[in-house]
Amino acid sequence: MTEEIIIAGFGGQGVLSMGKILAYSGIMQDQEVSWMPSYGPEMRGGTANVTVILSDNRISSPVLKKFDTAIILNQQSMDKFEADLKPGGTLLYDPNGITRHPERKDINIFKIPGAALATEMGNPKTFNMIIMGGFLKVKPIVKIENVQKGLEKSLPERHHKLIPLNIEAIQKGIENVETVISL
Amino acid sequence: MGDIRLMKGNEVIAEAAIRCGCDGYFGYPITPQSEIMETLMIRRPEQETGMVVVQAESEVAAINMVYGGASCGKKVMTSSSSPGISLKAEGITYLAGAELPALLVNIVRGGPGLGTIQPAQSDYFQAVKGGGHGDYKLIVLAPASVQEMNDFVDLSFELSFKYLNPAMILSDGVIGQMMEKVELSDFKPRWTAEEIEKISGSWATTGKKKGIKRRISTSLDLDSAKQEVFNHKLQAKYRAMEENEVRFEKIDCDDADYLFVAYGSSARICQKAIEIARAKGIKVGLLRPITLFPYPTKQIQEMLGQVKGILSVEMSAGQMVEDVRLAVEGKVPVEHFGRYGGIIPTPDEVVEALEQNFLGE
Repeated sequence: MTEEIIIAGFGGQGVLSMGKILAYSGIMQDQEVSWMPSYGPEMRGGTANVTVILSDNRISSPVLKKFDTAIILNQQSMDKFEADLKPGGTLLYDPNGITRHPERKDINIFKIPGAALATEMGNPKTFNMIIMGGFLKVKPIVKIENVQKGLEKSLPERHHKLIPLNIEAIQKGIENVETVISL
Repeated sequence: MGDIRLMKGNEVIAEAAIRCGCDGYFGYPITPQSEIMETLMIRRPEQETGMVVVQAESEVAAINMVYGGASCGKKVMTSSSSPGISLKAEGITYLAGAELPALLVNIVRGGPGLGTIQPAQSDYFQAVKGGGHGDYKLIVLAPASVQEMNDFVDLSFELSFKYLNPAMILSDGVIGQMMEKVELSDFKPRWTAEEIEKISGSWATTGKKKGIKRRISTSLDLDSAKQEVFNHKLQAKYRAMEENEVRFEKIDCDDADYLFVAYGSSARICQKAIEIARAKGIKVGLLRPITLFPYPTKQIQEMLGQVKGILSVEMSAGQMVEDVRLAVEGKVPVEHFGRYGGIIPTPDEVVEALEQNFLGE
């Protein structure tokens, strides 16, 4: 199994840390992983994206042009990455702020109201884990217990008290993902 | 199993240095490698192993601190990125001229000049053909994964003390900034003066004691005849490295009709390009030089009876391709494909370049 994922949105949405937790979860189930951020003179409010690969085999290129899954969290990223999905791939997006919804017919499309759910949960920082839950519902490539272990490994000890809230957010995401197109 | 982590290449360089018993790091920050010193400053190894970490006032100061530490027989290192390595070039040739061991890390960014902060491989010439003045060589290792960032720190020190010659890890912003799974090395104690003497001989300037000959660490000799003799000695050392230290990896070469030659992050991109090309029925393999000096010249020559064309893939305008052509001596066509100025080539672009150059498409 090899899963090539792009996660893209605004800086501050937790794009990079979501990728990191996903990668750590892969390590917890003995997979090879890579995490390659877009790198440049970035700023808050600018776009941020990260390529995450989980594989049972040695990973070739950490830099990719075609993806199995795109997790898209703003309009700029939709414009940039919708075309980069492989045919039959999976696009998961948050419709918040999206003015042009995905148009391709040869991919699976799911949506999740991550920003709205995070507001509902009373903590905007749960946003990325809600999205993560939505992703794991449509692509269960890592087990929730391994995500829990990944959180334990990737968060400093002083933040471990936040893990139950993160798991709750993941559950929220699992429950609220909607199918737009399923091939 | 050892200590498995998800870490950035830059962070791993720092951790590996502490664990392999490095005595001192002297550096000056520059993107995209500042996490090396940042990690060391957070880790505070002086409290754990006694390793000293100093942010110098400039790159020139840092490399001369390395010279000082190395003269005393210490396992010392510095790191920088392209413009910073240019500033260190004088100190690097002095290290080579004084036959001192040291680890230099270059996390390359696009140039020339201040250039950009994104990844590039345009310092190949600087690393393997000189960079500083005089007839000298560095041992140059090119990691292609975060794991190799860990492994090559210890290996660089080992080779550096074996040959009493500075060694360089030549990497780039891709490997430096990406995170991968890494199994960290076990802790090794720092060497004592006696151990260093046992490993590499009696040369370190540790203070003249009674009955011991005065030792001098210098690269200056005004007597040309002596300087030539010394240069012969250096050249013999470089030939010995060529004989004994070539490292490389071959991927999918057994049935290959075409060959990619690429190092570091470009080699990773070529591995994906191989998957894409082979799915189209193009049999291509990869020869990945791990040591850039000494270069795997013979290993490329061994492929000549088999392959119809070689594509050197680099994030430069074509530097390593010259060494490929020297090895090939015109026996098969050698072409170059590169993106530069901080642009990373995609695997699809590499396949296109292969097709355009050799398959008439």
